[in-house]
Amino acid sequence: MLADLAAVVIAIGLTAYVVLGGADFGTGIWDVTASGHEMRARIKRSMGPVWEANHVWLIFVLVMLWTAFPRAFGSITSTLALPLFVAAVGIILRGGAFALRGEAATIVESHSIGAVFAVSSVLVPFFLGAAVGGIASGRVPVGNAEGDAITSWWNETGVLVGLIAIVTGAHVAAVFLGADSHRAGQPDLVRAFRIRALGSGVVAGGLAIAGLFVVRSDAPDLYDGLTSDAGLACVIGSAAAGVITLALEWRSRFEPARYTAAAAVGAIVAGYVIAQQPYLLPPDLTVEEAAAPDATLAALLASVAVGLLILVPSLVWLFRLHLGGRLDTGSNT
Amino acid sequence: MIDGTLGGPVDQEYLLQARQMQALSLGVHILIVCFGIAFPAMVLFLEGLWLRTGDPVYKAVAKRWSKAMIILFACGVVTGTILSFELGLLWPEFMATFGDVFGLAFGLEGFSFFMEAIFIAIYVYGWDRLPPRVHLACGAPIIIAGMTGALFVISVNGWMNKPEGFDIRDGEVVNVRPWEALFNDNFWHEFVHMYLAGIIVAGFIVAAVYAAGWLRGNRERRHRVGLVVALSFAALAAPAQLLVGDWAARTVAENQPTKLAVFEGLGPTEDGAPLHILGIYEDGEVKYGIELPKLLSLLAYHDPDARVQGLDAVSADDRPSDTGINIVRLAFQAMVFIGSGLAAIGVVFLWTWWRRRRLPQSPWFYRALVVAGPLSYVALLCGWITTEVGRQPWVVYEVMRTEDAVTGADGIPLGYGALVVVYLGLAGIAAVMLRRLARKPLEV
Repeated sequence: MLADLAAVVIAIGLTAYVVLGGADFGTGIWDVTASGHEMRARIKRSMGPVWEANHVWLIFVLVMLWTAFPRAFGSITSTLALPLFVAAVGIILRGGAFALRGEAATIVESHSIGAVFAVSSVLVPFFLGAAVGGIASGRVPVGNAEGDAITSWWNETGVLVGLIAIVTGAHVAAVFLGADSHRAGQPDLVRAFRIRALGSGVVAGGLAIAGLFVVRSDAPDLYDGLTSDAGLACVIGSAAAGVITLALEWRSRFEPARYTAAAAVGAIVAGYVIAQQPYLLPPDLTVEEAAAPDATLAALLASVAVGLLILVPSLVWLFRLHLGGRLDTGSNT
Repeated sequence: MIDGTLGGPVDQEYLLQARQMQALSLGVHILIVCFGIAFPAMVLFLEGLWLRTGDPVYKAVAKRWSKAMIILFACGVVTGTILSFELGLLWPEFMATFGDVFGLAFGLEGFSFFMEAIFIAIYVYGWDRLPPRVHLACGAPIIIAGMTGALFVISVNGWMNKPEGFDIRDGEVVNVRPWEALFNDNFWHEFVHMYLAGIIVAGFIVAAVYAAGWLRGNRERRHRVGLVVALSFAALAAPAQLLVGDWAARTVAENQPTKLAVFEGLGPTEDGAPLHILGIYEDGEVKYGIELPKLLSLLAYHDPDARVQGLDAVSADDRPSDTGINIVRLAFQAMVFIGSGLAAIGVVFLWTWWRRRRLPQSPWFYRALVVAGPLSYVALLCGWITTEVGRQPWVVYEVMRTEDAVTGADGIPLGYGALVVVYLGLAGIAAVMLRRLARKPLEV
């Protein structure tokens, strides 16, 4: 019971990171392919005040995982050391490049910073996604680096999840940026991001459908979970939210599209978590077996409950200020 | 002895490199943590002065510092993320076996980090956009979260040095009591020591920047304000740190007698043990050092004749190597030496300020400040080397060996090399950003 509750908390954190952090990474693609200075400035201003908070979700997921499910954490980090290390390095590079974005003194400098920003924006979601794909397809056994260092994540499911992470991030980013541009009264950018949101949404949908076939052959257990009961409901829900997002974008209803795009991505994460039940590291380690003793789980969950009472209102206030344009100072670092 | 829950020890050729890699990441992150601890308080102090006096210079400096603060915080987010990964990437057996014992502290730290991220953003982006009092109030959670964040991380280190809150039965960790692990015996002294260190390092580094400007002739009011505020924080903390250091050393003597023996290189157990300055630990004794009789007993137990346990009380396998002992001795003495110097600078400043109502006039004072900035960071690192290398060969003191905690994965040297390059890049970026910020004209 406590173990399941802890798993739910982690799943919520993961969802928040995939939506908010993913969108954050997604901006990298739109930055490097931006049609002009105005678009890059928009991206920087939209991300500025919230990117740190968006990235803390990852730390939240990690600490929750190692406290509530230490054995799974040690197994994951040792077998999947390579993709996780690359992702971690990518996060540093990206943070650095983002800070310097728009501060470059020369064209060459500007181009190389842009390249680092774009490359790391793609690398991080890909490798984190590939790591999740490795776990989902049952390639991370319990033990200290017991799984294969390469094939545990470099496989059909891993690559698929990595690609989905990139594309859905780009899609959500385009939707968010379109809504931000709309609110800021920048019609050229609204048009540009609308097209990008529609295009990336179609690609994401296609990838998701093709992905089901990949998963069916590469990870049949996961496929069964995704195509039955609650897992299936999530998949359908995600597809519906995705279609609604496209319809809203089509009709230029940018504000509600934010939430449906987030829901579409969130439903994928939820579907994955449900499909994998009762396992944390399929095919052997269940959530129950992996869990810390009840004393730890109770203490952790109590802390989370109290923490959320403070965190949620603060986070809501930050996003209200941000989305209301009250923190938009233009050239701020 | 303990069996790891992932299946016990593995062969890892690059244990030393793994340790260095972890030390590198911690050494980089801890500098940023110092600014996370102290900078918000300094900025808020300035903003408070502005609100009280209406003097725009206070506000201008506060605003400028807050922008440096968010640049450093961004660096802290990414280096902190790397650290969370690294704990698992390098020490999976440690995390797998004890994550459920000490993890609660990190969970609480995660929330602190969140609050810091949220309110730093609101504070820095909210200048002139929020009502002044609301804006000032938004700074308070940053200070509190900086404090609690440090507190909880330190709690884990304290626990590694004094493992509590669990039992071992048949090689397995049982009967886990997470709150007991959180509030372990080392909790308070390590926290206070680090918190003051954060204020000292951030204060002296900021003061060093202004002192360098001072020597070049930048002596306008805004420079003076920046210098005085940063230096006041550091000058108050530095002398207090001597007392806390004494508290820390006595706690080590009590909880980790072998570690205390490492600080000095004390071979056999002795009554009225001496302290050697400099020298080299070799064949169970310190050679070529300056001997100060009975000083170790006096420092560790406040009694010149007290018995101090020597290194020979435990087998050679259960204490650091001779090289490790020499590293710890050097680091410990460097920390004490630099710390005393910083305290002296602090006292000179406070005395001049209090008695004469002005800054010291000698250029040597400002030259000393320029040196004190980087040296305060060196002292901080030396302190951590003392406690971390001094804990070896244990990752969890007298429970789990570092070599039993390490990953079985390949590629540590490659990762180490990559990380060095990345940190150099990050340092370069931070330096460029801060320099550009410093050169911009001050906005009011």
